[in-house]
Amino acid sequence: MDPQLVVDKWPGTIFTVAIGAKSNEGGSRNEEIKIGGQNCLPLMFKEGVIAHPPQIAFEILDIPGVDLSEELVKVYGAALKDPLSWAQKCVQEFGAKLISVKMQGSHPDFGNRSPLESAKFIELLLKKVNAPLIITGSGDDANDSLVIPACSEAAKGERCLIGSAVQDSYKTLVASVLADGHSLIAESPIDINIAKQLNILISDMGLGLERIVINPTIGALGYGLEYAYSIMERARIAALAGDKTLACPFICFVGQEAWKTKEAKVNPEQGIIWETITATSLIQAGADLLVMQHPRAVSKVSQFMEQLFKK
Amino acid sequence: MAFSGLDIYKLLPKTNCRECGLATCLAFAMQLAKKTVGLEKCPFVSEESKNILEAQALPPIKQITIGVDDNHFDLGNETVLFRHEEKFRNQPGIGFVIEDSLTDAQITQRLNKINDFKFERVGQELKVNLVALKFSQNEKRYLEVVKLVLKQTLLPLVLICQEAQVLRQALVLAQTRAPVIFGANPENLNLIGALAKEFNAPLVVSAADIVALTKLTEELKTLGVKDLILDTGDKPVAEKIWDLTQLRRQALKKSNRALGYPSLVVVKQSDPYQEAIEATAYIAKYAGIILIQGLDSWEILSILTLRQDIYSDPQKPLQIEPKIYPVGLVTDKSPVLITTNFSLTYYTVLAEVEASKVPAYILSIDTQGMSVLTAWAADKFSAEYITKAVADAKVKELVKHNNLIIPGYVAMLSGDLEESSGCNIIVGPKEAAGIPSFLKNLS
Repeated sequence: MDPQLVVDKWPGTIFTVAIGAKSNEGGSRNEEIKIGGQNCLPLMFKEGVIAHPPQIAFEILDIPGVDLSEELVKVYGAALKDPLSWAQKCVQEFGAKLISVKMQGSHPDFGNRSPLESAKFIELLLKKVNAPLIITGSGDDANDSLVIPACSEAAKGERCLIGSAVQDSYKTLVASVLADGHSLIAESPIDINIAKQLNILISDMGLGLERIVINPTIGALGYGLEYAYSIMERARIAALAGDKTLACPFICFVGQEAWKTKEAKVNPEQGIIWETITATSLIQAGADLLVMQHPRAVSKVSQFMEQLFKK
Repeated sequence: MAFSGLDIYKLLPKTNCRECGLATCLAFAMQLAKKTVGLEKCPFVSEESKNILEAQALPPIKQITIGVDDNHFDLGNETVLFRHEEKFRNQPGIGFVIEDSLTDAQITQRLNKINDFKFERVGQELKVNLVALKFSQNEKRYLEVVKLVLKQTLLPLVLICQEAQVLRQALVLAQTRAPVIFGANPENLNLIGALAKEFNAPLVVSAADIVALTKLTEELKTLGVKDLILDTGDKPVAEKIWDLTQLRRQALKKSNRALGYPSLVVVKQSDPYQEAIEATAYIAKYAGIILIQGLDSWEILSILTLRQDIYSDPQKPLQIEPKIYPVGLVTDKSPVLITTNFSLTYYTVLAEVEASKVPAYILSIDTQGMSVLTAWAADKFSAEYITKAVADAKVKELVKHNNLIIPGYVAMLSGDLEESSGCNIIVGPKEAAGIPSFLKNLS
């Protein structure tokens, strides 16, 4: 008897999250980018619908580039001195469809920029580029809890993706995102139970699961990538099996992690491939949105995705 | 799918004779399912049942050994679709295709590079595994190349040749290395199959889909060829991932023995980045042997590192021996940094201490391979633990100062640790990347 293919059909579907509001919706973005919406495991094109291919955002800071690897400094050149030119370079020169800005300037070690000044920066950025925005905090919890709501308000109606809500501190951010019409990044420390719990807490506050993107926190290639890889696979399988509280797309901050590694500093190719392979491996685990830093790594990953999604 | 106790019970005599030492056949079946007793305890089981149960006990994907001596490696014997379900067992072999149309000098140059591909990461050696020689059309040239390669590398070989006559001579030359034959297809099945049997060589069998592959493997089995490797030919990457997934599912979910063998893929991308992307995609999705062409060391390191990541055991994090490690030319004034014995943490800290060029001691605490915060939460990185480790390592005899540096993430331990160890506690940076500037500013 001929063997029959094993085709897995899943009851669940990943929520579709939209980023960016165009003028017809009261925003000023050039495009609305959608992620999620699939009802099968990554790359299993024959088992379901993969509504949207994974998307890539270019990451910038709100201050002149600090702590960046030599290779990144070289590739962005003078634009690094002015975050607005930096963003513009990503869009115009490297074809960025999404910009992710980390509000590093508000960190006490990097200038302690006030919420008001930070919000001002977001206003300028929105004028400078018309790609949809992702806005994230500096990692200083105290300042983030003031700065990010201010940025959220400054971008009201633009349907940004804003983060990060964490288990110990999510209420203020959820309230801002709700009030200003954005979507939210919910961050959990490589832990499926916390990811689920946090999503429940957030949706209990009235922010729908279709406005949440999970940041599972990742490690780069060779630096614990496999932990995130398996957490994402597990969460995705649970979501497809019907657990709605895990059925949100994943965002992975690939660039930050990859360029921190020792390997990425050895030579330019090593760094670029480190970021590339970190990204493509996480796509296989279910990543929907990759935040990356090197334009060549972005182009290599995009090329691979074109191959995958070629009809 | 493993048999349950009830599945096994149906195959037993159901006489409850107690010869096996258990009260009933059902009880015996339950023990068999748990593998706590052997089937030989039942004197009355039929030959037919015995065959079924023994076949059932075989691994769903056959384990195959490639090569000989120090460079041999195993493939197959995989039991799960996702690594979190248990672990992936046998790392795929990474091999390099060498065409016989190259000159001797070009081949030598390539082999020299391939032989040098050895890397060390988190205390493990990462190696490439195979050299695959591709026959183009000239028999004499192919045999010359086989001889040349045998002389210049000890890595196991794959003979990519579908001409039985040429292959026979190549096998005679290379037989002490137990080369893999690549391979059999619907047209040459009998001739190549006979050679694989004669030389007892693992055989790659190629067909475009699982139906055709099943036919071929069944025929080869009746010919007496035991070690097979499956190939579904050149296809776009998404289709290839689908094929590899199907092969794994057929073996594990359908217990399809005809497809219960490791697989092989050939990556044909001239851009090293795309080649690495595709190779690593196949590592994550079940490939047994991956043949590539690229020879850039940065590309190979990225592929081998991803393989190390995916094939690490999710239940057992890599650990190092918990003890005190001197880094650089340490003196009795050198700082002492405390971290866990999770390999990733330790080697990350080590790299940064080395980068700082400040000679220092790293005291790795036995946290059973947990990282700093996880270990702290599990009470394995407590003041008490660290105090004992400081005493065991005789830190106070090694250095004259009385300072210990702890990771920034466990700053909350300072008070307790100061009290229990009697040392001054200095809180270090949260991230290892902060170590160089921290150490430089310390003095």
